[in-house]
Amino acid sequence: MNLKDIVHNLGLSVRAGESALTNEVRGGYAGDLLSDVLAHGRPGDLWVTLQTHPNTVAVASMNALAGIILVNGREPEAETLQKARAENVVLLVSTLPTFELVGRLYGLGLSGMRT
Amino acid sequence: MELRADLHLHTCLSPCADREMSPPAVVRRGREKGLHVIAICDHNSAENVEAAIRASEDAGLAVIGGIEITTREEVHVLGLFKDDRALQSVQEVVYENLRGENDPEAFGEQWVMNERGEVVRHSARLLIGATGLSLEEVVQTIHRLGGLAIAAHVDRPRFSLISQLGFVPAGLGLDGVEVYSDKPPAVPEDLAVVRSSDAHRLEEIGCRYTRFLVERPTASEIGMALRRIEGRRILS
Repeated sequence: MNLKDIVHNLGLSVRAGESALTNEVRGGYAGDLLSDVLAHGRPGDLWVTLQTHPNTVAVASMNALAGIILVNGREPEAETLQKARAENVVLLVSTLPTFELVGRLYGLGLSGMRT
Repeated sequence: MELRADLHLHTCLSPCADREMSPPAVVRRGREKGLHVIAICDHNSAENVEAAIRASEDAGLAVIGGIEITTREEVHVLGLFKDDRALQSVQEVVYENLRGENDPEAFGEQWVMNERGEVVRHSARLLIGATGLSLEEVVQTIHRLGGLAIAAHVDRPRFSLISQLGFVPAGLGLDGVEVYSDKPPAVPEDLAVVRSSDAHRLEEIGCRYTRFLVERPTASEIGMALRRIEGRRILS
């Protein structure tokens, strides 16, 4: 599954990284403590979070995550957006709360486990 | 002069602190523990600072006015200030950005006291909550008002800059970081490191402290030591 399908299926808004939407998504991770995501986010994971701080972009880059989805209609901070665009990190926005969004991603076939 | 400073103490205004942490009791214990300087840093409020400063007048111990601000990322940042006006201003900014009312049963009582340890009133604000201010906005606000910005307990698993945001953002401009354990923290080497008790109970006061080489027991001198200016520095 690639990001474009997910954006289309869940009605997400794209804030940055348009050209990387063809990237393959291999799984998902949800978390708001960046230290935890650094420790557990795997390459190809789509990351669901409420954090809008610029450090999120660095975490996504460092762990080669597929992209970031901000929940509850939260918008990235100006510097976050600028960094995401500069580094071509996919930054998406959903109006859904975390529980609902993760449930729908799971319904589309994404898993938090890797076999 | 060499000064022992514990730069992160709560009082009974913080809902999670013991009631026995009255401003005069905190000052008294600080002196008994051989501290020369303490900083009062309650959660999102500085309303017990004045009482602590008054209680310290004949105590042979200096009190620095401070506040522990919770950013919207739930990072705790200490602001230490040279004068009361700056402290009032930072408190106004924090209150403008802090929503909710305290539930004493869930979070604890928030006592504002005078220098004799008598209850003046309760704070009704949700002091345990997070402000709507970003980490950068908090550091900038502290600096705009001439204060020192120190990231609190960076090596703890919650409410720390490292737990919440993974690493110290480049260009943040902190004056220092506070650590809890003896291990060197995962922060840039040029950042000053201080040890403080983060005491919520009387017996915790002074259990960790920092030795400074400074000329006077003031926030300005501490700031110079953090930046190693004109011979001022941290000894250990």
